[in-house]
Formats: sequence, C-alpha cells, structure tokens
Amino acid sequence: MSAVKKPPQPLLSPRNRRELRKIALGLLFISPWIIGFLAFNVYPIGASFYYSLTRYSPISSPRFIGLLNYERLLFFDPLFITALKNTLYFVVFAVPLGNALALALAVLLNQKVRGLALFRTIFYLPSILPLVATSIVWTWLLHPQYGIVSAIMAELGLPIISWFADPAWAKPALILMSMWGTGWMMLIYLAALQDVPQELYDVASLDGASLWRKFRHVTVPMISPIILFNTIVGLIGAFQYFTEAYVITEGGPGDSTLFYSLYLFNNAFAYFKMGYASAMAWLLFLVILVLTFLIFRSSAKRVYYHGG
Amino acid sequence: MSLNLGIKRANLNNALAFALLLALSASFILPLFWMISTSLKPIDQLLLDPPKWVPNPLEFDNYPNALEEQPFLQYLGNSLQIAVAAVLGALLSNSLIAYGFSRIDWKGRDVIFVLVLSTLMLPYHVVMIPLFVSFSKIGWVNTWLPLIVPAYFGHPFFIFMLRQFMLGIPKELSEATRIDGGSEWILLTRIILPLCKPALATVALFQFIWSWNDFIGPLIYLNERSLYPMSLGLALYHNSQGITDFSILMAASTMAVVPIIIIFFFMQGVFIQGISLTGLKG
Repeated sequence: MSAVKKPPQPLLSPRNRRELRKIALGLLFISPWIIGFLAFNVYPIGASFYYSLTRYSPISSPRFIGLLNYERLLFFDPLFITALKNTLYFVVFAVPLGNALALALAVLLNQKVRGLALFRTIFYLPSILPLVATSIVWTWLLHPQYGIVSAIMAELGLPIISWFADPAWAKPALILMSMWGTGWMMLIYLAALQDVPQELYDVASLDGASLWRKFRHVTVPMISPIILFNTIVGLIGAFQYFTEAYVITEGGPGDSTLFYSLYLFNNAFAYFKMGYASAMAWLLFLVILVLTFLIFRSSAKRVYYHGG
Repeated sequence: MSLNLGIKRANLNNALAFALLLALSASFILPLFWMISTSLKPIDQLLLDPPKWVPNPLEFDNYPNALEEQPFLQYLGNSLQIAVAAVLGALLSNSLIAYGFSRIDWKGRDVIFVLVLSTLMLPYHVVMIPLFVSFSKIGWVNTWLPLIVPAYFGHPFFIFMLRQFMLGIPKELSEATRIDGGSEWILLTRIILPLCKPALATVALFQFIWSWNDFIGPLIYLNERSLYPMSLGLALYHNSQGITDFSILMAASTMAVVPIIIIFFFMQGVFIQGISLTGLKG
C-alpha cells in the first residue's frame, strides 16, 4: 500500500481554485461599489480628517495647525454653541414627535378603515415632494398676516403667532413642518404592523385586554426593531437638517434657526474656512456615532427580535 | 349579548379611527391646497385679511407669468436630464453589485456587505468638503457630473433592497443555467434581472425623486443659471423676492411638485412595494 505514490500536489487544489475563481467573480461584480467606496467614502473621510487639522481656504493649500480648529470650536465660538443647541432642540423634539405621529397614523390605518389607499397617499406624499418647493409653501402657509393658518387660528380665537419671524417660534414651526414629512416612516410602520400575527391580539382579547394594553404589550414589543430603526434613521437625518432652514429662515431670526449643518455650510462655502468646517463635520460624525451606539446599547434589552 | 357588544365596540373604534384620519388628512392636505389656491389668485386677492380660500375668478396667467419671470421650463428640463442620467447609473451599478452580493457564493461576501450597510451612517458633511475639493481639481465644478457620476457606483440602500430581492429567487434557477454552460453575465441579464422588475422599478423611482429633490448638491456645484435644476432655481428666486410675488412663487412651486405627484400616482404600487421590499419588517 505504501508503495502507491501520492500524485504531486498542485499548488492549488481544484477546490481552492474554484473558491478563488468565485471570489474573483464576486469582486468583479461588486467592483463599482469598491471603486465608489474608495473614491467617495474612504478617501474623503481621511482627507476631511486631515483638513480638520489645518487652516485651509480654497485659494491656499492646507496648513497644519494641530487641534486648533477643535479648540476654537469648543471653547471660543459662541455661534458654534448656538448652532449645537439649536440642533439638539430640533432633534429632541422633531425625532420623537415625528416618530409618534408616524406610528399613530400607521395604527389608525391598520384598523381596516375605508379609503385606506387614499389616506395612505395623503400622508405619504408630502415626504417625497421637493423640499425647496414645500419650504416656500410653508413660509406662505405660516405667514403671520396673510397665511391660512393664522386665519384659522384667528377664527378659533387663538393668538396670532409670527412663526418663522419670531425667534421663539421659528424652531417649533420647522418641527411642525418636519412632522408633515413623516409619511415615509408611517409606511415602514404600516408594513411592520401588518406582520404582527392576529392570534396575539385574539389571545389578548380573550384575556380582556384593553386597546391601550394591546398596543403597549403586543404591538410595541412586536415592532420594537422598527421603532429602533426609525429612531436611528430619523436621528441621523435630523442632525443634518439643512434645506428648510436654508430656504425659509437662512438661520434667522437672531440665529434661532442657525442649525449645525447650516453653520457648517456657511463656514465652508461662504467664509471659505474649509479646515474649520471639516472639524465641525468630524465632531458631528462623532456625536452621531456615540448617540447611535448608546441607543443600540440601551435598547438591547427592550427590543424583541422574533424569528431571529 | 356580549358578542353583540363586542361588534358594536369594534364599529365604534373603527368610526373613531375614521374620523381621526379624516381630520388628520385635512391638515396634511392644507399646505398643498393653499399652494394651488394661491397659485390661481389674482393679485388683488393675494393679500386679504381674512384670506380667501378659493380665488374667484381663477387667475391662470400666474403660470405663464412665472415662466417669464425665470426660465423655469429650462430648470425643469435640467432637473429631468440630471435625474434620468442618475437613474440609468443607479439601475446599472446596483444590479451588478447586488448580484455579486447575492447570487454568487464567495468567501468574505457577507463581511463586505456589512461594510456596505455601515456607510449609511456616514453624514454627507464629512465627505462634502473633500469631494468638492477633488471635483474642483478635475474641473467638474459648474457641470452636472458631481450630481450624476456617484450614482454609477451604487448606493447602500439600493444594494440592500436588490440583494434582498435576488436572494428570494431560487438557487436552482442559477444552477441549471450554469450546468448548461451559461455565463454569470447571461444569468444576470437574461434570467435574474427580468425577475427583478418590481425591485428595479423601485430603484428607478427613488433615484429619480432623490435627484429631482436634491438641493445641497446643485447649491455647492452649480453657479451658472443655465445649468440650474428646478430646486436651485426656485430657492434662489425665492430668496431674492419680496412678498408680492407669492402667487407666482406658488405657481412655480406647483410646477416643481406636480411631476413628483404624477409619478407617484402612476406608480403607487411600486412605491408601497419598495418599502416592504427593503425587508424592514419585524
């Protein structure tokens, strides 16, 4: 038996060769993504971190200044603090309110009401319309003197609010407008609600559970991964809130709507402080990463993944 | 008796839900109603206190007047060209990429896929400045290329959606073609893509809407008026105007909004499907 010679081992066994061929084929198909990832993600991330350590205007080349941009932002730039506060205000109200409204609409639509398709369209449509156009519409809608909202409020005997012209009301007005655009979230909730098994509700009914208890102890746990998803996506979007503020208020009145990304944009493209703006971008990135991580961790015990 | 009560209560809940939906949908429609109503107002009915809900007579001339005020038709045409070019890129690139992530088994595939998804978390602002610098260096400022070319390299959202869809197609279909000696390219173009039509339609629609609505991209890259898409032309016109032009502004806004509404109504089914296709269900 031992006389039988083993055939000479090829460098790669046929199996390994097949494996390698498959890897090459897979990489070939995803190569557009790889190129895009390197060109539009990896390189810019690195470059923006480098810029954040420099003084850089488009007419000169970047000059290394260490952490000076960060130091200046955090300790010597009152406008930065204002922008940060404005953005946190917006995030803290707009994300939960938009989420709650979306969930409420989805629950109502899930009651097998008549005209479901029409209602769904009405709630969803605003979220896909061009923001520039809808922003202009809202400036007119909430016009203190000639807007229809003021007319309705006057009719109801409510005080007239100057909305976008009043530093105290400009942010709530923008939050209201962002709630109008919550339809995409509603659609995601609706798809999730339709997946909750009816038996769970039937069993809860047999136990005499009230509507609220069913919502709280059946619906919410069953769709908790979606609530988490919508919260995180909403949060990332809200931190980058830009177009409405740019079009409607341009940061005013009195910097009350100077949001983070608006101030960042101004630094980069109005004051040409590219290094300073890059430092802002990196701080924003860090804030988003840390918050997402914290939400994931604190929700780990409360989110229920059924079926793995 | 108790059963009867149960049904009555169910009816009552249903009626309550219906009433609430009616009230809520009225407030959701209000901004669009106000936009269209204002776009048809004669100038002397624009600034009334209390305002008029429905103008009488209707002033359709606001639309041609808006077109005279600004080259809005050209802006709309530019938006259309940019969006169509980006849609083409999104369809091409995401089909290939999703195929590589779903229909071929290779080592490391799923690890790289997690990397794809993680890029969704990256704020645009982090890459905005270096991209602007790079695109300036290669002379792409004041062209549409920075708004179109990135679509030809895939988007994590679309890759994810198409991959989910392609994973749902039975493996045996591919095996049979491979045994018959068909290449992966034939498999993709002749068998897999025709089966993915609903998912591809969703990709096309979402990319069209994103490109149509994009504002910060054109704002950064374009400074020549003849290149403006609708979003930028409208915003700059608005920021340079006083209050007297609101009926013309609303006519222009309506022109920006209506194409999206028309597309939505024709392809509603695809939209709704798109959301469930993303696999975002519990």
